Amino acid sequence: MINEMQILEGSKAVALTVKSCRVDVISAYPITPQTHIVEDLAQMVADGETDAEYIKVESEFSALSTLIGASATGARTYSSTTSQGLALMFEVLFNASGMRLPIVMTTVNRSLSAPLSIWNDQQDSISVRDAGWIQFYAEDNQEACDLLPIAYKVAEDKDILLPAMCCMDGYILTHTFEPVEIPEQSLTDEFLPSYQPKYVLDPENPLTFGAYADPSIYTEFRYQQHDAMLKAYKKFEEVVREFEKVFGRRYGLVEEYKLEDAEIVLISMGSLVGTMKDVVDELRRDEEKVGILKIISYRPFPAEKIYKAIKDAKVVLVLEKDVSVGMEGGLLSDIKSFMYNREDRPSIFGFSIGLGGRDVTIGDIKGLVSRVKRREAEEFEFLNLRREVL
Amino acid sequence: MSLFAQGHTACAGCGMPIAVKLVLEGSGENSIVVSPTGCLEVTSTRYPQSAWGVPWIHSLFENAAAVASGIETALKVKGKKVNVLVIGGDGATVDIGVRALSGMFERGHNVTYICYDNEAYMNTGVQRSGSTPYGASATTSPAGKLSFGEDRPKKDIPAIAAAHGIPYVATASVGYPKDIVKKVKKAQEIVGPKYIQILTPCPTGWRFDGSKTIKLAKLAVETALFPVYEIENGEITKVKKIKERKPVEEYLKLQGRFKHLFKKNKDRIEVIQKMADSNAEKFGLDG
Repeated sequence: MINEMQILEGSKAVALTVKSCRVDVISAYPITPQTHIVEDLAQMVADGETDAEYIKVESEFSALSTLIGASATGARTYSSTTSQGLALMFEVLFNASGMRLPIVMTTVNRSLSAPLSIWNDQQDSISVRDAGWIQFYAEDNQEACDLLPIAYKVAEDKDILLPAMCCMDGYILTHTFEPVEIPEQSLTDEFLPSYQPKYVLDPENPLTFGAYADPSIYTEFRYQQHDAMLKAYKKFEEVVREFEKVFGRRYGLVEEYKLEDAEIVLISMGSLVGTMKDVVDELRRDEEKVGILKIISYRPFPAEKIYKAIKDAKVVLVLEKDVSVGMEGGLLSDIKSFMYNREDRPSIFGFSIGLGGRDVTIGDIKGLVSRVKRREAEEFEFLNLRREVL
Repeated sequence: MSLFAQGHTACAGCGMPIAVKLVLEGSGENSIVVSPTGCLEVTSTRYPQSAWGVPWIHSLFENAAAVASGIETALKVKGKKVNVLVIGGDGATVDIGVRALSGMFERGHNVTYICYDNEAYMNTGVQRSGSTPYGASATTSPAGKLSFGEDRPKKDIPAIAAAHGIPYVATASVGYPKDIVKKVKKAQEIVGPKYIQILTPCPTGWRFDGSKTIKLAKLAVETALFPVYEIENGEITKVKKIKERKPVEEYLKLQGRFKHLFKKNKDRIEVIQKMADSNAEKFGLDG
């Protein structure tokens, strides 16, 4: 079957994909720059193009809370939020994961206040990395779409049962028109059958959900969550193989780009990778041995894949749109921590880049590579800091 | 099998499990219950035990109304008819959960929200809530050299519920068991959001002998401090009349939380009496 390529705004493409996943209950609260996704979904419901119910909640806190109820009742559920909205959901995020409810959410990445900024970085989702959610990051709009059915299929697996967020950079992806293939409904149906959970709220079989655990048992609940996230690693690889069979597009926990003989490896997540690929193409023309490791799955964390990709490199540069204030970037810390006990360790440098929507240019990244080569870079720094205004 | 089994760990004389049993008697087996964090949740569901004979879910402290909204919506999608209830305490209802509650009312979900009102955060050690009455000493509104206890009147959540234009609002007291069953049954026949607030005396927090729970639950009504009424589509349609209204002192003097008022704050008792008089007038309770 041939799928039609369409030129669509990222948000519209995501909304169409959500529809194709035959979601039962959508619940969302509007917040810039996620608004187009939920407006498009609301319109589809209003026009009867989907059988989903749309709950018009009064806050992000309730958006995710309603989905806890709906998911526990056996519905396939969807929400989308960003930034302050994700922060407001903080408590509910942990709860959804602890209750093992496979809710799927598009997190549109945006910076956090203060100062108020509606523009893109990834501080929001990185800050909730410990909430027990699967986290995928999309480089482009096709990925932002494709990762949704993949997320449902991984999340709803009986051995996993964890919620999942598909992260896409605000504006850079959500508001950009790109060619996207929205698959035929029959293909999505083939790949993603309806959600049939074993345990639901049902008077025919009255079960208790959300009991409290005393110290004799709490650790075991947490371990099971941890174990499910580890299992999601293999499950993801299984699911993307099925995805490739049905849709013809291949995904992995990571994507390697010109890494074979790379002495310098750039690591990042999300749309920044697109710019980095152009940089690497240019540097390769100048016979620089540079490559990219793109992280698609941040949780489960593909530690072994990263190790394999960087162990023979001389130097690794982690570029990320977040900072753990007073420390360094979250991804940088994660990579350094598991590399510490390995024998082959390249030098690892980290950069907070593109915060609050600041544009990242090809020149920025090229300059950074050359500074690292000249040993002029700090172990961690804010890139392009305007020191004159400090 | 009882829909709320014995063996739960609520205190002796607690009014809450009495209310829960009566609510489930009214609602029946075909029910799903959501409970926020609180006394009910911790005394009925210590893993791996559960007192619940109906499907039950606890998520967080402040989101029960939203969780119930999601359950009701999912049932609608699946074409199933089940009574969806929230049974939660006053702190979860009138304070921290009020945004979610307002959202549920405004969206018109077919959910019956039961607030068991024991007038403070009892689960965590009797801290004051928005539902703590004027003059009561709670651990975060204690009586002291400069304080007569809680200095604000009880938040009027039934009126706030009614202001949302929901079809049914009622108050009740465990002093009158049949009235609770009747009101829950009535609520289940009405489509839309329903709110019922049930006074459930707390021997631990109010500091009275656990054998006096029902007596206090009646006295609160007989003094007009806790008026029992129904509001349908914004109009008061029924009130529980009081034949001979009792002075508030009879209610207050049985409880340790008001003990300080009888020592050096007698004037506050007069204020409380005026509040009761005002309730009696507003709802036409006398007679």
